[in-house]
Amino acid sequence: MLESKGRPNRLGLWGWLGGGRWGLERYLYTLHRLTGLGLLAYFLLHIVVTSSRAISPERWKAAMDSVTGPLFTVGEFLVFVAFAFHAANGIRLVLVELGWAVGKPIEPVYPYRTSVNFQRPLAVGAMILAVIVMMLGGLDFFVLD
Amino acid sequence: MSDTMHEVTYRIRHFDPNRDAAPHWEEYRIPYAPGMTVLDGLWKVKELHAPGLAWRSSCRMGVCGSCGMLINGKPGLACNTQISELGTSLVAVAPLPNFEIVRDLVPDLRPMIEAHRVLMPYILRDDVEERENPTGEFWQSPEELEHYLQFSYCIKCGCCMAACPTYATDPSYSGPMPLGQAHRYNSDSRDGGFAARRELLFGEKGPWRCHFAGECSRVCPKGVDPAKAIQLMKRELVLSFLRLRRAKCPSGLAKKPEGIGRREGIPEAPAPTV
Repeated sequence: MLESKGRPNRLGLWGWLGGGRWGLERYLYTLHRLTGLGLLAYFLLHIVVTSSRAISPERWKAAMDSVTGPLFTVGEFLVFVAFAFHAANGIRLVLVELGWAVGKPIEPVYPYRTSVNFQRPLAVGAMILAVIVMMLGGLDFFVLD
Repeated sequence: MSDTMHEVTYRIRHFDPNRDAAPHWEEYRIPYAPGMTVLDGLWKVKELHAPGLAWRSSCRMGVCGSCGMLINGKPGLACNTQISELGTSLVAVAPLPNFEIVRDLVPDLRPMIEAHRVLMPYILRDDVEERENPTGEFWQSPEELEHYLQFSYCIKCGCCMAACPTYATDPSYSGPMPLGQAHRYNSDSRDGGFAARRELLFGEKGPWRCHFAGECSRVCPKGVDPAKAIQLMKRELVLSFLRLRRAKCPSGLAKKPEGIGRREGIPEAPAPTV
């Protein structure tokens, strides 16, 4: 990295969350990272809670009692929502990042048609899939239970 | 914004390292004329209000890539952006983010140029003698040309780097321009440098930090589509890792036309100077 005496102007996290007139894929990018971090936090908590089973049956029961109730049901549903989004968008990213959904190089003629336009139906399809999975999960969490 | 408007307001982010502790915004009102670009407006601001205002520009026709700046929150070329297309009479202009500010609207593009240089953006071949003392042209078909032509329109303006959310948080990532240009040469049928560049493309510098936010392609003023180049490069790297990539020899010299001579009266080309 070259040294510079200029004024730092890197957007940092603002580059993920805002800072301009951005498109759909940028928000999917940000949500993918945030849901990924959320799922990681959930897995760590999950390991902490379920490890009480290895200590004693009483600790297990106490741990289970502490994570029941409507608030935790909503919390678990939010984890499920994050999972559904992360999985559907992840499938899109695998297809895009292996170059299968971005099209071939073309002559750039104005108005430019980019790989972002090319993969947009896939992005919309992935989001519809995510919403369907979320709705089915909602039925299971709040109606069928 | 309509063409009946007579004035526009420029909101410009100023920073003078010798005078200011931090960047600050200043507003100026200037006369508007239909067809005026953001760059024309900056010249008017300099003429009427702020003679010390600094920015880079040269060709005024979207070719040199000097006047990249953040225009109403979106990176773009000032010479290539009409004020009328912004849809407002307020034009907010700031230096390209993700680069340090040298002064006012002048970003320090050297980290981008350095990342570009490291990825060897030129034809690499083993036949050094032919490269240094060429005896002809390397053969390339129109279909082979199409593999990289789109990516070769890059003017290194830095707009893609300013729009990239990964580059916004990770200075070790090479960024869309250098990676796109690495793929431009990897996909050139005359080039044999894929193996050498592949070593540089693994790790945090390489394309694996890109997760297709797509902003680089959306803001590119030349339609280069760096996001596409980066994803196609990933496919080549995966195929190469799985040993499924077709081995490619750089194309040889094109056959010289036979039976064609120089017409009378046309002088010989001067001797090469480099």
